[in-house]
Amino acid sequence: MQKFSGLSLFAKAFSSHKGWEPQWRSPEPKAAYDVVIVGAGGHGLATAYYLAKEHGITNVAVIEKGWLGGGNTGRNTTIIRSNYLFEESAALYDHAVKLWEGLSRDLNYNVMYSPRGVLMLAHNVHDVQSFKRHVHANRIAGVDNEWLSAEECKAFCPPLNIAPGMRYPVLGGALQRRGGTARHDAVAWGYARAASARGVDIIQNCEVTAIRRGPDGAVQGVETSRGFIGAPKIGVVAAGNTSVVMAMAGVRMPLESYPLQALVSEPIKPVFPCVVMSNTIHAYISQSDKGELVIGAGTDAYTSYTQRGGLHIATHTLDAICELFPQFRRMRMLRNWGGIVDVTPDRSPILAKTPVAGLYVNCGWGTGGFKATPGSGNVFAHTIARDEPHPINAPFTIERFRDGVLIDEAAAAAVAH
Amino acid sequence: MSAEFRLPVGGRIDRAKPVRFTFDGKSYEGFAGDTLASALIANGVHLVGRSFKYHRPRGILTAGSEEPNALVGVGRDEAHYTPNLRATQVEITDGMVAESQNRWPSLAFDVGAVNDGLGRFLPAGFYYKTFMWPAGAWAKFYEPVIRRAAGLGRAPQAADTDRYTQRYAHCEVLVVGAGPAGLAAALAASETGVRVILCDEQAEFGGSLLHERDTVIDGRDAEAWVAEAVATLCSRENVRLLTRTTAFGYYPHNLVGLAERVTDHLAAPGSDLPRERLWQVRAREVVIAAGSIERPLVFPENDRPGVMMAEAARIYANRFGAKPGNRAVVFTASDSAYRAALDLKAAGVEIAAIADLRPDPTGAVVERARADGIRVLPGTSVQGTSGRLRIRSASLGAVVGGATETVPCDLLLMSGGFTPTLSLFSQSRGKMAWDEALEAYVPSVSVERERSVGACRGIYGLAEVLADGHAAGVAAAGKGASDGAARRFTVDAEELGHSGHRGITPHRRDASRVKAFVDFQNDVTAKDVKLATQEGFRSIEHVKRYTTTGMATDQGRTSNINALAIVSDALGKSVPEVGLTTFRPPYTPTTFALFAGQARGELFDPVRTTPIHDWAAEHGAVFEDVGIWKRARYFPEGGEDMHEAVARECRAVRESVGIFDGSTLGKIEVVGRDAAEFMNRMYTNAWAKLEPGRLRYGVMLREDGFVMDDGVVGRMAPDRFHVTTTTGGAPRVLNHMEDYLQTEWPDLEVWLTSTTEQWAVIAVQGPKARQVLEPLVEGIDLSREAMPHMSVRTGHICGVPTRLFRVSFTGELGFEVNVPANYGRAVWDAIFAAGQPHGITPYGTETMHVLRAEKGYIIVGQETDGTNTPDDVGLGWAVGKAKRDFVGKRSLARPQMQRPDRKQMVGLLTSDPATVLEEGAQIVADPNAPLPMKALGHVTSSYASSVVGRSIAIGMVAGGRGRIGETLHVPMPGGAIAVDVVEPVFFDKEGERIHG
Ligand SMILES: Cc1cc2nc3c(=O)[nH]c(=O)nc-3n(C[C@H](O)[C@H](O)[C@H](O)COP(=O)(O)OP(=O)(O)OC[C@H]3O[C@@H](n4cnc5c(N)ncnc54)[C@H](O)[C@@H]3O)c2cc1C
Repeated sequence: MQKFSGLSLFAKAFSSHKGWEPQWRSPEPKAAYDVVIVGAGGHGLATAYYLAKEHGITNVAVIEKGWLGGGNTGRNTTIIRSNYLFEESAALYDHAVKLWEGLSRDLNYNVMYSPRGVLMLAHNVHDVQSFKRHVHANRIAGVDNEWLSAEECKAFCPPLNIAPGMRYPVLGGALQRRGGTARHDAVAWGYARAASARGVDIIQNCEVTAIRRGPDGAVQGVETSRGFIGAPKIGVVAAGNTSVVMAMAGVRMPLESYPLQALVSEPIKPVFPCVVMSNTIHAYISQSDKGELVIGAGTDAYTSYTQRGGLHIATHTLDAICELFPQFRRMRMLRNWGGIVDVTPDRSPILAKTPVAGLYVNCGWGTGGFKATPGSGNVFAHTIARDEPHPINAPFTIERFRDGVLIDEAAAAAVAH
Repeated sequence: MSAEFRLPVGGRIDRAKPVRFTFDGKSYEGFAGDTLASALIANGVHLVGRSFKYHRPRGILTAGSEEPNALVGVGRDEAHYTPNLRATQVEITDGMVAESQNRWPSLAFDVGAVNDGLGRFLPAGFYYKTFMWPAGAWAKFYEPVIRRAAGLGRAPQAADTDRYTQRYAHCEVLVVGAGPAGLAAALAASETGVRVILCDEQAEFGGSLLHERDTVIDGRDAEAWVAEAVATLCSRENVRLLTRTTAFGYYPHNLVGLAERVTDHLAAPGSDLPRERLWQVRAREVVIAAGSIERPLVFPENDRPGVMMAEAARIYANRFGAKPGNRAVVFTASDSAYRAALDLKAAGVEIAAIADLRPDPTGAVVERARADGIRVLPGTSVQGTSGRLRIRSASLGAVVGGATETVPCDLLLMSGGFTPTLSLFSQSRGKMAWDEALEAYVPSVSVERERSVGACRGIYGLAEVLADGHAAGVAAAGKGASDGAARRFTVDAEELGHSGHRGITPHRRDASRVKAFVDFQNDVTAKDVKLATQEGFRSIEHVKRYTTTGMATDQGRTSNINALAIVSDALGKSVPEVGLTTFRPPYTPTTFALFAGQARGELFDPVRTTPIHDWAAEHGAVFEDVGIWKRARYFPEGGEDMHEAVARECRAVRESVGIFDGSTLGKIEVVGRDAAEFMNRMYTNAWAKLEPGRLRYGVMLREDGFVMDDGVVGRMAPDRFHVTTTTGGAPRVLNHMEDYLQTEWPDLEVWLTSTTEQWAVIAVQGPKARQVLEPLVEGIDLSREAMPHMSVRTGHICGVPTRLFRVSFTGELGFEVNVPANYGRAVWDAIFAAGQPHGITPYGTETMHVLRAEKGYIIVGQETDGTNTPDDVGLGWAVGKAKRDFVGKRSLARPQMQRPDRKQMVGLLTSDPATVLEEGAQIVADPNAPLPMKALGHVTSSYASSVVGRSIAIGMVAGGRGRIGETLHVPMPGGAIAVDVVEPVFFDKEGERIHG
């Protein structure tokens, strides 16, 4: 892998950048691999990378129906935090945050992880109770999270409106200082490049259409739009399309797929220093390095695969943004889009073995899986390599819905970005 | 007096109405009808902005909403300041204040321009390759620098005070775009009498016809034809005309969002007018007549101020009477630029030369130019330009070999042909196809009931465009016979050949050293696009994201096709193989506040209040938000804080009597032959044997066996239940019930009606409750024997029909008086008056919480969090063990639900009675264990209880009931607090008072 650095950039400038090689190979698929990953989103690519890096399994293909990073990875609002309520979740997401901290250097790709603080606003007594519970739970779980008064919220985020007469006044907020954002495309590309350099084949424009199983029920490989590709182990990491892919192996998933929207404003000079989330009135906002206000909206009420949501959903979010940040009322929406998120009954992911031998699944991240990308790939690679979960993802089984051992983050936050 | 570059005659500006405005502090004059861009051009100003990355000086490129360069901030004060407006769309008004952006200290001298010199070190995606050392330095050091450099305009500093409104409209035919195609479509459709809405983003209808000089339609010149068409449409009552209205988004099932700009063009708008109006139009048929956009040519230094689209220059001259320069070089691959050259020449611009990429341009307009003495150079391209703040010369050279010639000029007009505008069509999910002959993507298969007409589907000849629009209008109206659909328009206009160029134009400079811009605003050069393909970015979406081409505020309107062509060249793939990026709404940037509309301040969300609300407000209640309800939280007297008020309210209830507004409780009337069976299935409790006149506390589970809601239910008759739910749970419970009723048990004869708003609920609680109510009630015997705890009676109170519940959420003797909501206030007043001798005390939700906690009653959502079984929260007794089935029963049978170490509800007492635990605090066995600690549970409710005389708390603790008697710990930042685990009942443990 060509090394990226200020120096190499400087040096290449003198040969008009002719020296840069493709960041990843675009090989023809081989007849068979040791592991096939379905879906070249951040989670799939990270899985492949850690399989190669930490488990020495390099004969791996990542198969993508479109272009790598073109799913939710390239559509999300990139909020990163780990102050989840339950110990199991906090451990999983914090594993990711720890990896985020060193990720640019690990991948030799600037993923622009920017821990500028995620502030979650409380608007009523119930919010205050719930966020304080988070703060206390996080503190003893070793995850940073602190309670701010309304005035402290305002000091941390000057554009915030904390007027007591607001329809839903800001009563305070929970702040995770290590939370922040990262550049979503760079995450996909950085993992793709690093995985490719370790021998992983990334096969784009190749849709998995069936999963072949042997007489013993174990998987044998995948049928694709570019022919059959054999593999004794298959990891499905297909986000909103997981139910469809898993059905190919006869596994019904406890998932519902919904369109979730986001939008950006026209770029402006820096004005918004952190990330602010309000679950109660549905607004999620930060400012990108390019200067756009990046705003997350809600999901539609109905399931769908259309990758676009209703106008009223975006409208509702902009209502809230205008209330919380009145100085942005004249700002303008530049782009609005949707992605399909896969939602489990308890809003926590599934990272697990399946009832089918050789088949593994990583899904259910819903509206909030970008933050988990490195941690998820890391423990999922472990699960595939060892055929048993890592202690961190051991609780995130499919069977928990059968058994009733939920990790119910939905209880605390209606939408968990 | 008039501006230097204002033509003496012509144009659609109103010369009788001068308008003064400032740009970067300097005052200028224009005329009514000018855009900021046309007025600046008339004043000889071309330098209007700096580019995003290199801070290169930029001028006005286009005359429309696709403008990438001329972005300005406009606003007389901060509350009206809007950044990033396109000068080509801003209509000037008297006193307007406009400023350029992204430059420091001034537009002419901008320090940021050093980036231009450093350009070779800043290729596409450079930031992914560096700034990684040392660890953590990105966010601390590099990122702030990058952020400051990025961004274009600045956010307004103050809150916008303007109003925005919203309208919904339905019509048979919505026509988007009022150029010739759109006008013809609207005329034809409206003639049939169906409802038609016609919108156009410009200030006037007419589109391209507004700048045609010698065009004649059906015997009238173009402007007159437009005027007549508009007059005809105006006269039809079934037509709604919307100028300055952008169709910004195409949503499923022919819902189209329109943004109407109502007042920005007015110097002193009336206060009754909103600034903008959002139209949500549901159209049976949509006709898209969005036209096309001229494509820039990608040549070295193609971005200097004074480089302009040929058609835009023509618009400035013909429509605005503004001369864009004195001496022009024209660079083209298409006939249309000849027409522009001829018009500009007629306007007094010297045409130095026309460099035509085509080796052998022919055709009428070419010959006309030659005949007019214009120097035409076939097979020639621009090799580069010079000039810092304005173009000074262009060097022209033959495409194949030969010398180059430097031609002085202050204007360079370019045309690479036209690109059909597909944004809305693409948003409608229609499929686009590459048309080889037109060399353009055009609409192919519609998904919605939509049709594209005219230039936006690659039809250019005016007669064909009009006929196309007319036919679509007839078809969309759905009334005309098919033979009537064709109509011929007689048109006398210049016939143009249609050709063009895509991608970089040939030149003989060192391609690796020159900057030939593809995306002007984001400063993406042809080199950048090629570098992306070299680095393995092959999908056009990847190239877009890596280079940021097409991601600027114009969303690639002028750049997409050129980028695509460069990629297709670099990869050796055809254009359709490379694909096209998705068009996303909005069509042009759309104001946030437009979407918010009236949903602002008080109206942000409806406020739900009870019939007693005003009384509570008059009596000084402090309210809390519960969902959209306002509930009285406590009633402070004489400077009390919440704790003092609550202590007093609690004592009043325990010692005498309190009155509480319970009207927000959800209420559902469950009626029908199978009502009891339905209740049996929905709730864990057994209902069959509950006699009419009795109440029962019901627990509702989700399918997974976890507590979802609770509430007291009265059996009013064998086939009628009065169900109550939690305040927040009401809609959820009704949906849940309806869901089961409609999808699982359609055989049950049951009707569900939400009666939350129909009943006011007045809780009268305390030892004196009966004494207060007795004199007011008719036809109900309130005595202990006749009406025991958990019974319900119907009768009258204060002459009003009531369903009187004997029920208690306080542990005291208590009643809940249900009366029709309209009588709620009157009955409340009467009870309050009757209670005066007993010192009746109004209390709020906070006191209600304390009183119930003293008794160990749960609040769903506080003790429970969606992971608790009835048994976990001490409600195992409410589960009908003998029942065959109920929602959640099977789930409760799972082994995990029976584990002894599940979190169970317990009471918690601190050793210091004055210490009040914090709700949400965690509970551990060993407070000195290292992090991460294992939590056994958490504190769910915690209060200072004046009645018990100490703090009390409820918690959920793993295996909690087995730990009663143990001491656990609540770790806090200041040290752990020891707590004794006790039974969760702190007052009247025997429960006698309730039967009083
Ligand atoms: C609008 C929006 C905002 C969001 N905001 C946040 C946020 O702020 N913070 C946060 O943490 N998370 C957020 N999320 C969630 C986050 O984006 C996802 O959880 C995460 O990116 C999922 O990554 P992934 O790799 O699993 O999925 P994806 O990136 O979607 O990758 C799955 C891939 O599988 C491919 N695939 C599917 N079917 C097949 C097949 N049959 N054959 C081959 N390939 C297939 C798809 O093409 C896709 O590329 C948001 C999501 C959306 C849509």
